[in-house]
Amino acid sequence: MALTGLILFNIANSIAVLVLLSLGLGVIYGMMRVINLAHGEFLMLGAYTTVVSANAGLNLWVAMLVAAPLAVGLFGLAVERLFIRFLYGRIIDTMLATWGLSLAVVGLITTIFGTTVRGVSAPFGGFAIGGYQTSVYSWFVIAVAAAMAAGVWLVLRFTKFGLIVRATMQNPDMAAALGVSPQWIYMMTFALGSALAGLAGGVLAPVSGVSPVMGGAFIARAFITVLGGGPAIVTGTGLASGLFGSISEVATFFTTPVFGQVALLLAALVMIRILPQGITGSGLTGRLLRRSL
Amino acid sequence: MRPFRPSRRGLLQSAATLAGGALAAPLVARHALAADAIKVGSLLDLSGPIGSSGQAMHATIRLAVDELNAGGGLLGRQVELVNYDTQSTIQLYSQYAQQLALKDKVAVVHGGITSASREAIRPVFDRYATLYFYNVLYEGGVCDRDCFCTGTTPAQTVNKLVPYALETWGKKAYIIAADYNYGQITAKWMGKYVRDGGGTVQATEFFPLDVTEFAATISKIQQAGPSVVLSALVGSNHTAFYRQWAAAGMKDKIPIASTTFGLVNEIATIAPSESNGVVTSYGYYEELSTPASTAFTKAVRAKFGDGLPYISELACATYEGFKLWAEGVKKAGSLDRMKVTEALETGIAVDGPSGKVTIDHATHHVVRNAYLARAAERKWDVFQSYPDQAPADTAAVCDLIKEPKLSKQFVIDVKT
Amino acid sequence: MTGWASFAAMVAAGLVVLLGLPLVFDLFGLLQMTVFAAMAVLALSQGFIWGYGGIMSFGQTAFFGLGGYTYAVAVMNMGDSTVPVLLSVLLPTLFAALLGYFMFYGRISDAYIGVITLTVTVILFNVVNSTAGDFYTIGNAPLGGFNGMPSVPPLNVPGDPSSPLDPQQTWYAAMGALLLVYILLRAVLASRFGRVVVAIRENETRAQLLGYDTRLYKLIVFAIGGGIAGLAGCLYANWGSFISPTVFGLATSAQVLIYVLVGGLGTLLGPILGAVGIQYLISVIGAQEMVNANLVLGAVLVVFVLLVPQGLVPVVQGLFRRVPGVRRGQVAEAAPVEVEL
Repeated sequence: MALTGLILFNIANSIAVLVLLSLGLGVIYGMMRVINLAHGEFLMLGAYTTVVSANAGLNLWVAMLVAAPLAVGLFGLAVERLFIRFLYGRIIDTMLATWGLSLAVVGLITTIFGTTVRGVSAPFGGFAIGGYQTSVYSWFVIAVAAAMAAGVWLVLRFTKFGLIVRATMQNPDMAAALGVSPQWIYMMTFALGSALAGLAGGVLAPVSGVSPVMGGAFIARAFITVLGGGPAIVTGTGLASGLFGSISEVATFFTTPVFGQVALLLAALVMIRILPQGITGSGLTGRLLRRSL
Repeated sequence: MRPFRPSRRGLLQSAATLAGGALAAPLVARHALAADAIKVGSLLDLSGPIGSSGQAMHATIRLAVDELNAGGGLLGRQVELVNYDTQSTIQLYSQYAQQLALKDKVAVVHGGITSASREAIRPVFDRYATLYFYNVLYEGGVCDRDCFCTGTTPAQTVNKLVPYALETWGKKAYIIAADYNYGQITAKWMGKYVRDGGGTVQATEFFPLDVTEFAATISKIQQAGPSVVLSALVGSNHTAFYRQWAAAGMKDKIPIASTTFGLVNEIATIAPSESNGVVTSYGYYEELSTPASTAFTKAVRAKFGDGLPYISELACATYEGFKLWAEGVKKAGSLDRMKVTEALETGIAVDGPSGKVTIDHATHHVVRNAYLARAAERKWDVFQSYPDQAPADTAAVCDLIKEPKLSKQFVIDVKT
Repeated sequence: MTGWASFAAMVAAGLVVLLGLPLVFDLFGLLQMTVFAAMAVLALSQGFIWGYGGIMSFGQTAFFGLGGYTYAVAVMNMGDSTVPVLLSVLLPTLFAALLGYFMFYGRISDAYIGVITLTVTVILFNVVNSTAGDFYTIGNAPLGGFNGMPSVPPLNVPGDPSSPLDPQQTWYAAMGALLLVYILLRAVLASRFGRVVVAIRENETRAQLLGYDTRLYKLIVFAIGGGIAGLAGCLYANWGSFISPTVFGLATSAQVLIYVLVGGLGTLLGPILGAVGIQYLISVIGAQEMVNANLVLGAVLVVFVLLVPQGLVPVVQGLFRRVPGVRRGQVAEAAPVEVEL
């Protein structure tokens, strides 16, 4: 019984990590069809902001929940103004530019902070499920992921900004004719997606190996999750995270970590074969979730 | 949308000027050196995922070259370091290896970090007759007369770590290791030494290098309930294991012994609450308080500052590897590859920061000291030393005295 | 220039490079150009399926690596390199055909083809990476896991394993292969088949309505691309006498995309020049110690995509024609005759 509880808790944690890793990418891709290959580096910048400002004496919670999203959101804003806005509608060019950006950011951070940095450790400590120890911090990770997904959903569904964003996403020309500036919406969306990535990086910093190249370990998983989710940003990313997170966690527990990873990838392959437009874009689920966000 | 177009020509021109300036500078510096300087090649990853290991190694070989030059050089000539950053790419290892051997015509090459990089460049140096030193601790088994390996191998360190763990904490071991050759072979050695010591291996798990989530594994380890966890995890992604282990409150329940922890600055990057108590065994620790060691670390820190990562066995063995080569050249009185090799094979020894380091003729590995240390408040507390450890693992399969023409890496059949 | 004239000029230029380079380059330069040529073949495969077939593969490295490993395993077992070379083309072709059947007959959309190919190459990386140990030995050839396979025997004179090619002959083989692949692709594109392929890229629905089985056409294009990538892998393994799982890695696959984009999508010359140019740049960056290599490369890419977005070759072409440079989106729509190089 305790073991089942523990496994369920681990699955929830694994899903939460996937949501954290991919939601920022999902917002940017879903709204603007921009595949941000520097997404992993945005996460890394969030982690660095947290670590560096906490080491400089800032309260850890402020560093994690305020400084990281703020700094990376502003960075995203600058990136959008300097590069991305010239490249809308050219999906390949944005990929090339963001790939270049990811290399440059890794190089820049290495130049400034060196190849390693003093990390921060996770607060709280452990608790027991039956006879098994596990981490209280995982509760916090799960809570942040849930809050992030709910927050994005609420903003899109109920605020005026959300309405305008959805309209721009559907038909930018029409939105422009109605007096909305698509440029401005794209800019804000990109900044929002970046801030979400920053927040995720900050929250994961105490339980990850923080280094300039850490983004590389995240990008493939985030990418597959977002595309597996399909057109609906929150529902799609959430469902795909749920599916892939459970599969890899269960496979890792009952077999080996290698197989856990391969199982995730195989699941993605099979799913795309059955649902070529992602979970929320095709098949029965697509029809059911067509109007979701 | 009509995007704004900046002036392309202006930007291109300034970019070209900048790039040209940046790229030309080191070339100029290189040509300014004496024309008859002895060229020594260094191939290390200074950027990319493995760059964190290469930085300190690069620093110590530069220190070794500078010290040699300050003392009058070698054979009356100055030594010039030709360095290439292999950017964590195997193709660049092969490319730069060819460049060092054919174009720069260096007398020796020190370098390679991962075993894959070593196996990529070793045949190149064999083919183009260039002496090669690999200065990294690794899984053992390289048997090649044109190559010297100066790092420790499992018989020198794992063989100390595992018995200590069994005696101190108990006989049930759980092995976790990185999923590539180093991890898999080291895990085999760990298993052998556990059984030799009368213990049992409960499970062995391998992790691809990009795994960052360890919750499932931490649960599995608890389910098994070992008396010690033996870790050969590698790289900054795997550092996450130690943090998640501590976050789950496991750190004071089951101890960890590792063959890799701390090689890349982990001791400074993760909090003492996560690292305290981890036991490791290497050929060198920065904290060693012998006069040779303190002088070495002082010189490195004076030259490269405190920003340089931890000075681990990787950095120390690189320094000692260079000194061994220099001794070989002095003894041979020549730069000729065969003459230097034969001089080195006479059993040349240097007193390095780690203690006495002696070339073993039969294996082209080294006899060197090994140490046990425990992590304590961002430092290593070295509590045990084992002088003059021989590379017994490689010696079991490799005898270059009898078969000097061998050039391969044996996968040592680990018998229990 | 007419199609024929430009074709003849390109082949002549290729022959000059093939025969002239050994006269002006030293041994190291020749070796370096050999690997550049091998990577240019890989870039051609990517440029062909993407620029002409409109297939967005993020994992050409899967076929590249497969070709390299096939060659290495086969030549270690057979001794003579003739059959291994053929196998290194054949096996990736078949694998690409199989994967193509899975994707195109499953009607999987473009972005998802990117994901699937990426996933396949990552899976291959993971699988080959965990083949350390004696258990994973095919005949005489241990796969060697992450450490890779050292001392892969070089190409030899067909039928005579005792006379391996020297570096200069290896250059002839690599550059000759590049030239052959170029000629082959030009021929394919000039044929009726090639016209249909380009028509499908332009408008798949229209091509279907005209009665073409677009799935089959895409499948064949993808399989050809796989075979060419396999050949590149064979040349690569042969150049370094070495192959390791990093050939399947994301870094390699991303780099191939860069070659094509920098050189010019929708051309054949572009990927070749892109491959040579970028690799030269990377090796120059690694020889300096002032700036971090990643920083330079990343900055170059960003600047490039902002200032020369359509790639080098179309820009130069545009200068010659004295027409304003077209943006890449429009290049794809231009008639193929105009951009054939």
